[in-house]
Amino acid sequence: MDSTRRSFLKILGVTAAGLTVRPSVEALAMGVKPKGAAPFDNALTAKRWAMAVDVGKFTGETRKAAIEACNKAHNIPHYENHLHEIKWIWEEGYKHTFPGQENEHLPAEIAREPFLVLCNQCVNPPCVRVCPTQATFQRPDGIVMMDYHRCIGCRFCMAGCPYGSRSFNWFDPRQQASLKDAEGNFSPPNPEFPSRTKGVVEKCNFCAERLAKGQMPACVEACKNNELIFGDLDDHESEVSKALRKHFTIRRKPELGTQPQIYYII
Amino acid sequence: MKIYDLGKVTVGLVIFFLVFTFPLYYNMGKATPPPEPNIQTEAIAAMSEPVCVENTEYMRANHMKLLNEWRTSVVRNSNRAYPAFTGVRYEMSLSNTCMECHSNKEKFCDSCHNYAGVSPYCWECHLQPKEMK
Repeated sequence: MDSTRRSFLKILGVTAAGLTVRPSVEALAMGVKPKGAAPFDNALTAKRWAMAVDVGKFTGETRKAAIEACNKAHNIPHYENHLHEIKWIWEEGYKHTFPGQENEHLPAEIAREPFLVLCNQCVNPPCVRVCPTQATFQRPDGIVMMDYHRCIGCRFCMAGCPYGSRSFNWFDPRQQASLKDAEGNFSPPNPEFPSRTKGVVEKCNFCAERLAKGQMPACVEACKNNELIFGDLDDHESEVSKALRKHFTIRRKPELGTQPQIYYII
Repeated sequence: MKIYDLGKVTVGLVIFFLVFTFPLYYNMGKATPPPEPNIQTEAIAAMSEPVCVENTEYMRANHMKLLNEWRTSVVRNSNRAYPAFTGVRYEMSLSNTCMECHSNKEKFCDSCHNYAGVSPYCWECHLQPKEMK
Protein backbone atom coordinates (compact mmCIF):
# COMPACT_ATOMS: atom_id res chain seq x y z
CA MET A 1 0.00 0.00 0.00
CA ASP A 2 1.20 3.43 -0.87
CA SER A 3 1.30 5.10 2.50
CA THR A 4 1.90 8.79 2.94
CA ARG A 5 2.69 10.66 6.10
CA ARG A 6 -0.71 12.36 5.78
CA SER A 7 -2.77 9.15 5.62
CA PHE A 8 -0.74 7.64 8.47
CA LEU A 9 -1.55 10.64 10.69
CA LYS A 10 -5.25 10.37 9.76
CA ILE A 11 -5.38 6.71 10.82
CA LEU A 12 -3.50 7.56 14.00
CA GLY A 13 -5.99 10.31 14.81
CA VAL A 14 -9.05 8.15 14.22
CA THR A 15 -7.55 5.35 16.33
CA ALA A 16 -6.80 7.71 19.21
CA ALA A 17 -10.33 9.12 19.05
CA GLY A 18 -11.75 5.58 19.02
CA LEU A 19 -9.81 4.67 22.14
CA THR A 20 -11.56 7.44 24.07
CA VAL A 21 -15.04 6.12 23.27
CA ARG A 22 -15.20 3.33 25.81
CA PRO A 23 -13.94 5.25 28.85
CA SER A 24 -16.29 8.14 28.13
CA VAL A 25 -19.29 5.84 27.67
CA GLU A 26 -18.40 4.16 30.96
CA ALA A 27 -18.03 7.51 32.71
CA LEU A 28 -21.44 8.62 31.43
CA ALA A 29 -23.02 5.29 32.34
CA MET A 30 -21.95 5.84 35.95
CA GLY A 31 -24.52 8.60 36.09
CA VAL A 32 -27.38 6.25 35.22
CA LYS A 33 -27.76 5.01 38.79
CA PRO A 34 -29.89 5.18 40.82
CA LYS A 35 -31.84 3.23 38.25
CA GLY A 36 -35.43 2.53 39.16
CA ALA A 37 -35.59 5.00 42.04
CA ALA A 38 -39.24 5.79 42.68
CA PRO A 39 -41.54 7.19 45.34
CA PHE A 40 -42.77 4.80 48.02
CA ASP A 41 -46.12 3.19 47.26
CA ASN A 42 -47.85 4.84 50.21
CA ALA A 43 -46.53 8.35 49.39
CA LEU A 44 -49.17 11.08 49.35
CA THR A 45 -49.13 12.81 45.97
CA ALA A 46 -51.02 15.72 44.48
CA LYS A 47 -50.98 18.13 41.59
CA ARG A 48 -51.34 21.20 43.80
CA TRP A 49 -50.89 20.95 47.56
CA ALA A 50 -52.73 23.62 49.50
CA MET A 51 -53.90 24.32 53.03
CA ALA A 52 -56.94 26.02 54.51
CA VAL A 53 -56.64 27.55 57.98
CA ASP A 54 -59.98 27.51 59.79
CA VAL A 55 -59.25 30.58 61.89
CA GLY A 56 -62.43 30.40 64.01
CA LYS A 57 -61.63 26.91 65.31
CA PHE A 58 -58.23 27.82 66.67
CA THR A 59 -57.44 28.43 70.29
CA GLY A 60 -54.17 29.54 71.82
CA GLU A 61 -53.40 25.93 72.76
CA THR A 62 -54.00 24.45 69.32
CA ARG A 63 -51.84 27.11 67.71
CA LYS A 64 -49.07 26.31 70.18
CA ALA A 65 -49.52 22.59 69.56
CA ALA A 66 -49.17 23.03 65.80
CA ILE A 67 -46.04 25.16 66.15
CA GLU A 68 -44.55 22.78 68.70
CA ALA A 69 -45.22 19.76 66.46
CA CYS A 70 -43.42 21.45 63.56
CA ASN A 71 -40.46 22.54 65.70
CA LYS A 72 -40.05 18.98 66.99
CA ALA A 73 -40.46 17.33 63.58
CA HIS A 74 -37.80 19.53 62.00
CA ASN A 75 -35.35 20.05 64.87
CA ILE A 76 -35.90 23.79 64.89
CA PRO A 77 -33.90 25.56 67.60
CA HIS A 78 -35.36 28.24 69.84
CA TYR A 79 -33.69 31.65 70.03
CA GLU A 80 -34.56 34.25 72.64
CA ASN A 81 -33.46 37.07 70.33
CA HIS A 82 -36.18 37.50 67.72
CA LEU A 83 -33.57 38.71 65.20
CA HIS A 84 -32.07 35.21 65.25
CA GLU A 85 -35.22 33.13 65.40
CA ILE A 86 -36.01 30.30 62.97
CA LYS A 87 -39.65 30.24 61.90
CA TRP A 88 -41.42 27.61 59.85
CA ILE A 89 -44.90 28.15 61.27
CA TRP A 90 -45.61 30.91 63.76
CA GLU A 91 -48.18 33.35 65.15
CA GLU A 92 -48.71 36.77 63.63
CA GLY A 93 -51.19 39.53 64.47
CA TYR A 94 -53.95 40.59 62.07
CA LYS A 95 -52.27 43.75 60.82
CA HIS A 96 -49.10 41.89 59.84
CA THR A 97 -50.95 38.91 58.43
CA PHE A 98 -53.31 40.94 56.25
CA PRO A 99 -51.72 44.37 55.89
CA GLY A 100 -53.84 46.97 54.14
CA GLN A 101 -57.05 45.42 55.43
CA GLU A 102 -57.05 46.88 58.92
CA ASN A 103 -60.59 48.20 58.89
CA GLU A 104 -61.33 50.40 61.83
CA HIS A 105 -64.21 48.29 63.11
CA LEU A 106 -63.14 44.67 63.23
CA PRO A 107 -64.66 41.87 65.28
CA ALA A 108 -62.80 41.72 68.57
CA GLU A 109 -61.51 38.15 68.09
CA ILE A 110 -60.08 39.01 64.66
CA ALA A 111 -58.30 42.10 65.92
CA ARG A 112 -57.03 40.38 69.07
CA GLU A 113 -56.25 36.76 68.22
CA PRO A 114 -53.07 35.95 66.30
CA PHE A 115 -53.13 33.94 63.08
CA LEU A 116 -51.03 30.92 62.20
CA VAL A 117 -48.77 31.81 59.30
CA LEU A 118 -46.30 29.69 57.36
CA CYS A 119 -44.70 29.52 53.93
CA ASN A 120 -47.47 30.15 51.41
CA GLN A 121 -46.05 27.68 48.86
CA CYS A 122 -46.82 30.27 46.18
CA VAL A 123 -47.72 29.33 42.64
CA ASN A 124 -45.40 32.18 41.51
CA PRO A 125 -42.74 32.06 44.22
CA PRO A 126 -40.48 35.15 44.19
CA CYS A 127 -37.89 33.28 46.29
CA VAL A 128 -37.40 30.76 43.47
CA ARG A 129 -36.94 33.53 40.91
CA VAL A 130 -34.22 35.28 42.87
CA CYS A 131 -32.24 32.26 44.08
CA PRO A 132 -28.92 32.38 42.22
CA THR A 133 -28.04 28.71 42.83
CA GLN A 134 -31.45 27.09 42.36
CA ALA A 135 -31.23 25.92 45.96
CA THR A 136 -34.88 26.91 46.19
CA PHE A 137 -37.09 25.40 43.55
CA GLN A 138 -40.69 24.50 42.93
CA ARG A 139 -41.78 20.89 42.69
CA PRO A 140 -44.42 19.88 40.15
CA ASP A 141 -46.88 19.39 43.02
CA GLY A 142 -46.45 23.03 44.04
CA ILE A 143 -44.21 22.60 47.08
CA VAL A 144 -41.48 25.22 47.18
CA MET A 145 -38.52 23.14 48.35
CA MET A 146 -35.05 23.94 49.56
CA ASP A 147 -31.92 22.00 48.76
CA TYR A 148 -29.74 22.98 51.70
CA HIS A 149 -26.74 21.42 49.96
CA ARG A 150 -26.84 24.19 47.39
CA CYS A 151 -27.74 27.15 49.59
CA ILE A 152 -24.92 29.69 49.78
CA GLY A 153 -26.68 31.87 52.34
CA CYS A 154 -26.97 34.96 50.12
CA ARG A 155 -30.47 35.67 51.55
CA PHE A 156 -31.87 36.99 48.26
CA CYS A 157 -34.85 34.71 48.91
CA MET A 158 -35.46 36.37 52.27
CA ALA A 159 -35.55 39.75 50.54
CA GLY A 160 -37.79 38.29 47.84
CA CYS A 161 -40.35 36.64 50.11
CA PRO A 162 -43.17 39.09 50.90
CA TYR A 163 -44.36 36.99 53.85
CA GLY A 164 -41.21 36.73 55.99
CA SER A 165 -41.43 32.96 55.71
CA ARG A 166 -37.69 32.42 55.52
CA SER A 167 -35.14 32.35 58.30
CA PHE A 168 -31.37 32.54 58.20
CA ASN A 169 -29.14 30.45 60.43
CA TRP A 170 -26.90 33.05 62.01
CA PHE A 171 -25.58 30.38 64.37
CA ASP A 172 -24.97 26.66 64.34
CA PRO A 173 -28.36 25.23 65.37
CA ARG A 174 -26.60 22.31 67.07
CA GLN A 175 -25.01 24.67 69.56
CA GLN A 176 -28.36 25.99 70.77
CA ALA A 177 -29.49 25.03 74.26
CA SER A 178 -32.97 24.06 73.02
CA LEU A 179 -31.50 21.20 70.95
CA LYS A 180 -29.16 19.94 73.67
CA ASP A 181 -29.73 17.36 76.37
CA ALA A 182 -28.93 17.77 80.06
CA GLU A 183 -25.29 16.84 79.46
CA GLY A 184 -24.89 19.49 76.78
CA ASN A 185 -24.76 17.08 73.83
CA PHE A 186 -26.71 17.75 70.65
CA SER A 187 -29.88 15.74 70.97
CA PRO A 188 -32.47 16.49 68.28
CA PRO A 189 -36.13 15.80 69.03
CA ASN A 190 -36.53 14.04 65.66
CA PRO A 191 -33.47 11.88 64.93
CA GLU A 192 -34.79 11.02 61.47
CA PHE A 193 -34.60 14.61 60.19
CA PRO A 194 -31.31 16.44 59.66
CA SER A 195 -30.41 19.68 61.35
CA ARG A 196 -29.30 22.63 59.28
CA THR A 197 -25.92 24.25 59.34
CA LYS A 198 -24.81 27.79 60.04
CA GLY A 199 -25.18 30.05 56.99
CA VAL A 200 -28.16 28.50 55.20
CA VAL A 201 -31.71 29.78 54.87
CA GLU A 202 -34.58 27.50 55.84
CA LYS A 203 -38.36 27.47 55.69
CA CYS A 204 -41.47 25.31 55.80
CA ASN A 205 -41.39 22.47 53.27
CA PHE A 206 -45.04 21.39 53.68
CA CYS A 207 -43.52 18.31 55.36
CA ALA A 208 -42.35 16.85 52.05
CA GLU A 209 -40.44 14.17 54.01
CA ARG A 210 -43.65 13.10 55.79
CA LEU A 211 -45.82 13.16 52.64
CA ALA A 212 -43.28 10.82 51.05
CA LYS A 213 -44.03 8.28 53.80
CA GLY A 214 -47.80 8.70 53.61
CA GLN A 215 -48.10 10.97 56.63
CA MET A 216 -49.89 14.33 56.83
CA PRO A 217 -47.84 17.41 57.72
CA ALA A 218 -46.90 17.62 61.40
CA CYS A 219 -48.94 20.78 62.06
CA VAL A 220 -52.03 19.28 60.42
CA GLU A 221 -51.65 16.12 62.47
CA ALA A 222 -51.30 18.15 65.67
CA CYS A 223 -54.63 19.92 65.06
CA LYS A 224 -57.15 17.26 66.08
CA ASN A 225 -60.25 19.29 65.21
CA ASN A 226 -59.59 19.89 61.49
CA GLU A 227 -58.34 23.40 62.18
CA LEU A 228 -55.88 22.92 59.33
CA ILE A 229 -57.25 21.33 56.17
CA PHE A 230 -54.56 20.01 53.88
CA GLY A 231 -54.98 18.44 50.47
CA ASP A 232 -54.91 18.59 46.70
CA LEU A 233 -56.62 21.60 45.14
CA ASP A 234 -56.57 19.85 41.79
CA ASP A 235 -58.80 17.13 43.23
CA HIS A 236 -62.39 18.40 43.27
CA GLU A 237 -63.34 16.00 46.05
CA SER A 238 -60.45 16.69 48.42
CA GLU A 239 -61.24 18.14 51.85
CA VAL A 240 -59.45 21.38 51.07
CA SER A 241 -61.34 21.85 47.77
CA LYS A 242 -64.63 21.26 49.55
CA ALA A 243 -63.69 23.71 52.30
CA LEU A 244 -62.82 26.40 49.76
CA ARG A 245 -66.14 25.89 47.97
CA LYS A 246 -68.08 26.04 51.20
CA HIS A 247 -66.39 28.98 52.96
CA PHE A 248 -65.26 32.42 51.93
CA THR A 249 -61.48 32.58 52.29
CA ILE A 250 -58.84 35.27 52.11
CA ARG A 251 -55.14 35.01 51.36
CA ARG A 252 -52.11 37.01 52.42
CA LYS A 253 -51.20 39.89 50.08
CA PRO A 254 -52.99 38.46 47.01
CA GLU A 255 -52.42 41.74 45.17
CA LEU A 256 -48.76 40.81 44.71
CA GLY A 257 -49.68 38.04 42.30
CA THR A 258 -47.70 35.32 44.05
CA GLN A 259 -50.85 33.15 44.31
CA PRO A 260 -50.35 31.95 47.89
CA GLN A 261 -51.70 28.48 48.59
CA ILE A 262 -52.60 29.02 52.25
CA TYR A 263 -56.26 30.03 52.50
CA TYR A 264 -57.74 31.60 55.64
CA ILE A 265 -61.37 30.77 56.46
CA ILE A 266 -62.50 33.86 58.37
CA MET B 1 35.80 21.81 32.25
CA LYS B 2 36.81 23.15 35.59
CA ILE B 3 34.39 23.30 38.49
CA TYR B 4 35.18 25.99 41.03
CA ASP B 5 34.99 25.03 44.74
CA LEU B 6 34.35 21.37 43.90
CA GLY B 7 34.69 20.38 47.55
CA LYS B 8 32.10 22.86 48.80
CA VAL B 9 29.72 22.03 45.97
CA THR B 10 30.00 18.30 46.71
CA VAL B 11 29.34 18.85 50.42
CA GLY B 12 26.38 21.05 49.54
CA LEU B 13 24.96 18.46 47.17
CA VAL B 14 25.32 15.70 49.73
CA ILE B 15 23.56 17.80 52.40
CA PHE B 16 20.79 18.70 49.93
CA PHE B 17 20.33 15.05 48.98
CA LEU B 18 20.14 13.97 52.62
CA VAL B 19 17.58 16.66 53.52
CA PHE B 20 15.56 16.09 50.34
CA THR B 21 15.20 12.36 50.95
CA PHE B 22 14.67 12.74 54.70
CA PRO B 23 10.95 11.79 54.60
CA LEU B 24 11.81 8.57 52.77
CA TYR B 25 14.26 7.08 55.27
CA TYR B 26 12.58 8.69 58.28
CA ASN B 27 9.32 6.89 57.51
CA MET B 28 10.94 3.69 56.31
CA GLY B 29 9.14 0.66 57.68
CA LYS B 30 6.55 2.80 59.38
CA ALA B 31 3.91 2.79 56.62
CA THR B 32 0.38 3.26 57.92
CA PRO B 33 -1.48 0.01 57.37
CA PRO B 34 -4.37 0.30 54.91
CA PRO B 35 -7.68 0.83 56.69
CA GLU B 36 -10.03 -2.04 57.38
CA PRO B 37 -13.55 -0.68 57.61
CA ASN B 38 -15.26 -2.47 60.44
CA ILE B 39 -18.67 -3.97 59.74
CA GLN B 40 -19.16 -5.55 63.16
CA THR B 41 -22.42 -3.96 64.22
CA GLU B 42 -25.54 -5.45 65.77
CA ALA B 43 -27.69 -4.71 62.73
CA ILE B 44 -25.26 -6.40 60.36
CA ALA B 45 -24.69 -9.34 62.69
CA ALA B 46 -28.45 -9.91 62.76
CA MET B 47 -28.50 -10.44 58.98
CA SER B 48 -28.23 -14.02 57.79
CA GLU B 49 -26.07 -12.78 54.93
CA PRO B 50 -24.70 -9.24 55.14
CA VAL B 51 -25.84 -7.26 52.10
CA CYS B 52 -25.75 -3.59 51.27
CA VAL B 53 -27.79 -1.75 48.64
CA GLU B 54 -25.14 -2.62 46.05
CA ASN B 55 -22.32 -5.14 46.11
CA THR B 56 -19.20 -4.44 48.14
CA GLU B 57 -16.95 -3.60 45.18
CA TYR B 58 -19.43 -1.08 43.84
CA MET B 59 -19.99 0.51 47.23
CA ARG B 60 -16.27 0.71 47.96
CA ALA B 61 -15.56 2.54 44.72
CA ASN B 62 -18.74 4.54 44.21
CA HIS B 63 -20.52 5.17 47.52
CA MET B 64 -19.86 8.90 47.22
CA LYS B 65 -21.40 9.02 43.74
CA LEU B 66 -24.32 6.92 44.93
CA LEU B 67 -24.95 9.29 47.84
CA ASN B 68 -24.79 12.30 45.51
CA GLU B 69 -27.33 10.71 43.22
CA TRP B 70 -29.52 9.71 46.14
CA ARG B 71 -29.55 13.32 47.25
CA THR B 72 -30.60 14.57 43.83
CA SER B 73 -33.21 11.87 43.54
CA VAL B 74 -34.72 12.56 46.97
CA VAL B 75 -34.55 16.34 47.11
CA ARG B 76 -35.15 17.21 43.47
CA ASN B 77 -37.22 14.37 42.08
CA SER B 78 -39.06 13.11 45.18
CA ASN B 79 -37.97 9.55 44.39
CA ARG B 80 -37.09 8.18 47.80
CA ALA B 81 -37.18 4.39 47.37
CA TYR B 82 -34.08 2.66 45.99
CA PRO B 83 -34.35 -0.81 44.52
CA ALA B 84 -31.24 -2.62 45.73
CA PHE B 85 -29.57 -5.31 43.64
CA THR B 86 -31.30 -7.85 45.87
CA GLY B 87 -34.69 -6.46 44.86
CA VAL B 88 -35.43 -5.02 48.32
CA ARG B 89 -36.48 -1.35 48.30
CA TYR B 90 -34.67 0.91 50.72
CA GLU B 91 -35.32 4.46 51.83
CA MET B 92 -32.64 6.61 50.21
CA SER B 93 -31.32 8.19 53.38
CA LEU B 94 -27.80 8.47 54.75
CA SER B 95 -28.86 8.87 58.39
CA ASN B 96 -31.85 6.54 58.34
CA THR B 97 -30.67 3.75 56.04
CA CYS B 98 -26.86 3.67 55.73
CA MET B 99 -26.18 4.47 59.36
CA GLU B 100 -28.88 2.10 60.53
CA CYS B 101 -26.54 -0.78 59.69
CA HIS B 102 -23.23 1.07 59.78
CA SER B 103 -23.86 2.51 63.21
CA ASN B 104 -20.12 2.51 63.93
CA LYS B 105 -19.15 5.70 62.10
CA GLU B 106 -15.70 5.95 63.71
CA LYS B 107 -14.69 2.43 62.75
CA PHE B 108 -16.43 2.38 59.38
CA CYS B 109 -16.65 5.77 57.64
CA ASP B 110 -13.85 7.52 59.46
CA SER B 111 -11.31 4.70 59.14
CA CYS B 112 -10.99 5.20 55.38
CA HIS B 113 -11.77 8.90 55.29
CA ASN B 114 -9.00 9.66 57.77
CA TYR B 115 -6.56 7.42 55.89
CA ALA B 116 -7.36 9.13 52.59
CA GLY B 117 -7.37 12.56 54.18
CA VAL B 118 -10.88 13.44 53.09
CA SER B 119 -13.34 15.14 55.41
CA PRO B 120 -16.84 15.05 53.92
CA TYR B 121 -19.13 17.61 55.56
CA CYS B 122 -22.20 15.37 55.59
CA TRP B 123 -22.29 15.44 59.37
CA GLU B 124 -22.70 19.16 59.78
CA CYS B 125 -26.39 18.58 59.04
CA HIS B 126 -27.02 14.84 58.84
CA LEU B 127 -27.16 13.10 62.17
CA GLN B 128 -24.53 10.55 63.00
CA PRO B 129 -25.41 7.49 65.04
CA LYS B 130 -23.66 8.67 68.20
CA GLU B 131 -26.05 11.60 68.32
CA MET B 132 -29.04 9.42 67.62
CA LYS B 133 -28.85 7.25 70.74
